[in-house]
Amino acid sequence: MLQYAFKRLLGAIPTLLVLITLAFFMIRIAPGGPFDTEKSLPPEIEANLNAAYHLDEPLIQQYGRYLLQILQGDFGPSFQYKDFTVNELIASGFPVSLTIGGLSMLLAVLLGSAFGIIAALRQNRPTDYAVMTVAMTGISIPNFVIAPLLILLFAVTLGWLPAGGWDGDGLGKVVMPVIALALPQIAYISRLMRGSMIEVLRSNFIRTARAKGLSETRIILRHALRPAFLPVLSYLGPASAAVITGSVVIEKIFGIPGLGRYFVQGALNRDYTLVMGVVVFYGMLIIVFNFIVDLLYGALDPKVRYD
Amino acid sequence: MTEASSTLMASAELAEDVRGRSLWFDAWRRLRRNKAALTAGVLLLVMTLLVLIGPALSPYTFDFTDWDHVSEPPSLETQHYFGTDAVGRDLFVRTLHGGRISLLIGVVATLVSLIIGIAYGATAGYLGGRIDNLMMRIVDILYAMPFMFFVILLMVFFGRNILLIFVAIGAINWLDMARIVRGQTISLKQREFVEAAVACGVSTPRIIFRHIVPNLLGVVIVYVTLTIPQVILVESFLSFLGLGVQEPFTSWGALVNEGAQEMESALWMLVFPASFLALTLFCFNFIGDGLRDALDPKDR
Repeated sequence: MLQYAFKRLLGAIPTLLVLITLAFFMIRIAPGGPFDTEKSLPPEIEANLNAAYHLDEPLIQQYGRYLLQILQGDFGPSFQYKDFTVNELIASGFPVSLTIGGLSMLLAVLLGSAFGIIAALRQNRPTDYAVMTVAMTGISIPNFVIAPLLILLFAVTLGWLPAGGWDGDGLGKVVMPVIALALPQIAYISRLMRGSMIEVLRSNFIRTARAKGLSETRIILRHALRPAFLPVLSYLGPASAAVITGSVVIEKIFGIPGLGRYFVQGALNRDYTLVMGVVVFYGMLIIVFNFIVDLLYGALDPKVRYD
Repeated sequence: MTEASSTLMASAELAEDVRGRSLWFDAWRRLRRNKAALTAGVLLLVMTLLVLIGPALSPYTFDFTDWDHVSEPPSLETQHYFGTDAVGRDLFVRTLHGGRISLLIGVVATLVSLIIGIAYGATAGYLGGRIDNLMMRIVDILYAMPFMFFVILLMVFFGRNILLIFVAIGAINWLDMARIVRGQTISLKQREFVEAAVACGVSTPRIIFRHIVPNLLGVVIVYVTLTIPQVILVESFLSFLGLGVQEPFTSWGALVNEGAQEMESALWMLVFPASFLALTLFCFNFIGDGLRDALDPKDR
């Protein structure tokens, strides 16, 4: 097990390297620099600025420098937010994004699995069709459509929840972003869960359990749930990527000061280091998350052996 | 020798032919029974026709500014069937026009990903061994990239032209296709007709593209119908952030973005493009599901 985990971690190194390399060269090849403002700077000042940020060195040297920096966990200073390092910006934005993203994932897994199981148990009956139709709707309506509609209903019309922002204590500000972000994932997971649950319920060991006279609840919870959950578990990797991507629009719509907003602003301002930092950070997050999912998969699936 | 091989080829082709026809016939029979998928198919056809000829039915063009009717709700009298936006442009025409672009991007970008995915997957699967290992390892690595972020970067840095959207979205969507095609290819390459082709001395690229790829069609069709809505979604996501299609052209995502900003005073600006977008995605997903059930009966 430990050996497997170690091997798997080693396997993540080329992935990370490709990620950093892609991001680095893509940003550097792009036209326009971080100091292109409307009024052009005097050449001496621009040269000084470039020298201060090592932008005057050959590309390959900058790349090497950046790699070394990242190895030390340092994403460098931000070009636009002059007084902040990228690490500080990530530290300020990430907790917010994590709150929303984490809650959404939790909600998606819990509700999605529950709906999926209910639909599977009532296969081809009205309940099943109802759940699956709602799920299909959830997949088909993008979250940037759902979010404004939620605002319109709960903030503008009913006035129950704040329309956006992240100030003040209250839990109200979390509700709508989390729901908007979670809905498509709830839909996906319930479809997955339904499919795998139906398959598992048809298998021989469930028939055996039924023959033993176990109660239906016990069969579902003790015997069927674990194997049926495996496809959902392996979907969590892509799901986390989808939630992270989705958070960019959700943060924009609800005016939430998270990492996604920094990314869009950074990209528009050509804040090289900030954008690189966010991409690499999110890439690492997805890699780590996939790693955890893999380990969990091994723990849940008795067919997986580590030798 | 030549005679023997040609009869071999002929019989192999014949066998394929008969089997292929019955597979498609079977699939069609199953699909016909799936009312949801059929309805979705008809709706989608209607939608496509509407998007193509609809703008011609209105007296307005997509970039015409009607100063007498700014931000007006839908009305038959003024012939602004979906109302007008904040600068007096007709929303009926703009929604359909945006639909053209959204659908076009959906289809073209899917084709791009299809071509890359099939070529890559079929090659890896057919060659097998070390090359396959290496090629799939590359796919694994690319799979872990936060691609949406790269697309956003591309759009920001290289200007927002439609061509780039096609390529960028197509280029990130081929990974799934490659994996699916590879799996199918591996099971196909052990079949007799491939052996026959090898025995006849057919070159490897020719075997891949003339004998393997046509047999992947079933899987590919299902995947295509499920990829198109994803691509439309990605495009509208970009346009929503203001990074996709640029004024005066529009797409459903861009319209939803404008609508969301005005929704408190002009709800129709959000509702029409949003429903068109959702309905289209809905239809594609239903058809894809139906086709999968029809072509892959083991799930029944």
